[in-house]
Amino acid sequence: MNTGQIINNEPVIEINNLKKSFGEQKVLENVSLKLFNGENLAVLGKSGIGKSVLIKCIVGLLMPDGGTVNVFEKDVTALSRNELGEMRQKIGFLFQSGALYDSMTVKQNLEFPLRRIKKNFTEKEIEEKIKEVLENVGLADALNKMPSQLSGGMRKRISLARTIVVDPLIMLYDEPTTGLDPVTSNEISSLINDVQKKYKTSSIIITHDINCARFTSNRIIMLSEGEVHKEGILKDFEDSTDPLIKSFFMLN
Amino acid sequence: MQLKTFDDMRKLNPVIKVKGFATKHSIKLSERTLAKKEAADNFLTDLADVLLFIIRIVRETFSPDFEFKEFFRQCFQIGYKSLPLISITGAIMGLVLTIQSRPVLVNFGAVTMLPGMVAVSLIREMGPVIIALICAGKIGSGMGAELGSMKVTEQIDAMEVSSTNPMRFLVVTRVLAATLMIPLLILYADALGILGSWAGANIKGDVSFVLFFSQAFSHVHFMDLIPAVIKSFFFGAVIGVVGCYKGYNAGRGTESVGVAANSAVVLASLLVIIVDMIAVQITDMLVS
Repeated sequence: MNTGQIINNEPVIEINNLKKSFGEQKVLENVSLKLFNGENLAVLGKSGIGKSVLIKCIVGLLMPDGGTVNVFEKDVTALSRNELGEMRQKIGFLFQSGALYDSMTVKQNLEFPLRRIKKNFTEKEIEEKIKEVLENVGLADALNKMPSQLSGGMRKRISLARTIVVDPLIMLYDEPTTGLDPVTSNEISSLINDVQKKYKTSSIIITHDINCARFTSNRIIMLSEGEVHKEGILKDFEDSTDPLIKSFFMLN
Repeated sequence: MQLKTFDDMRKLNPVIKVKGFATKHSIKLSERTLAKKEAADNFLTDLADVLLFIIRIVRETFSPDFEFKEFFRQCFQIGYKSLPLISITGAIMGLVLTIQSRPVLVNFGAVTMLPGMVAVSLIREMGPVIIALICAGKIGSGMGAELGSMKVTEQIDAMEVSSTNPMRFLVVTRVLAATLMIPLLILYADALGILGSWAGANIKGDVSFVLFFSQAFSHVHFMDLIPAVIKSFFFGAVIGVVGCYKGYNAGRGTESVGVAANSAVVLASLLVIIVDMIAVQITDMLVS
């Protein structure tokens, strides 16, 4: 279980009555949640329930149909393109597929956001920062490799390195352990906790992997039928008699 | 709206309303009308999307923080990496044109017109159109597939969340590079075409390099070259915009990448022919 400390009860993300549909398919109908400063919040739910849609709404990749999404007390839906860009500099997003740039080496992948966000960095600082994050994810020797030369777990680690290289305040993990073997999944879960401690980040971890949620979360939210089904700490979920939660925890 | 009952038909079809009943034939007709309406709606929506896409490209081109490094990389990819294909195509184009035309001109005793005829044909029409079609296949499909796969694997989203404008980084650089490089490739192919023509003329005859080129360029006028160069820029822009639009708006799944690449080639080739037709009409009006 995650022993990371919540820094304070100040919400860094506050979502109220979020609604999102795709055509006639309603995905999120009324989702409200808060992410507090320094905590890891796991969002559980079945596949296709809208977990990824939720974090894409937070970062402005999808625009909600209704409700508000406040990040650092600013409503994402009301921001201009430039303001949204500034806000995104404080958020790291780990994509399910890793989303490494195929045509670039690992080094170029890490340089890409760094050169654009930390414009005042010197060449030496850039090199040092890249070295530091690669060491943190345990892949210091992968600097000149192409993404196609990396395994699934390595791609996830490099993707995580690319995300933390710009020192984000909030981390959004989209199914970080999906498609990985149990050993690599545990390593990624450890890395998520390390990132929380070392970089003092607040994180939302979208997952349907109970082990990952157990290991990384300070708090858990379960989504079902477009709404928050249950919210609480791990013990609340383990002790729950709710059939959906029981089946979810037992099957995992 | 789906037509399931005769009541649905009555609401839609005034003729049926008067008669008070719907036949199977009239249901089929109305279904066909609805399908046509849907197709027309989709076409207009697509057209609006393309126009908005072009407006965004223009706006991003003149915004600060232009991605010069990526632009030069794209110029290298589109221009330099196409040189082998364009060289072979250009030279063969001139060679074949010469070999095919020579017997006819010999019959009329006009073989001295051969260099001029080939040069004018290549510069005015064959060079720009054939090279543009080759580029539509190579560059248009490349852009469609590359951006399509980036979209499918969330690389474009990753770019967006790392505070980079993907439109500026991926699309503007590619469209501008295609607009600039394709006319240069066309001029290069024209030159090699004339060289190929000289080689073709020497298969069955004997003509010196200097004589052939002086004969060729004595027939080429300023007004042969300028409209061809201007339309080449439009060919380049069309290929760039279509390739990027199809890739950038690819759907989900790997199948979409193939669809994006394929439709980019088909649409870009078609538009090259249409732009050529319009350019020829305008040139004809202005010159005559």
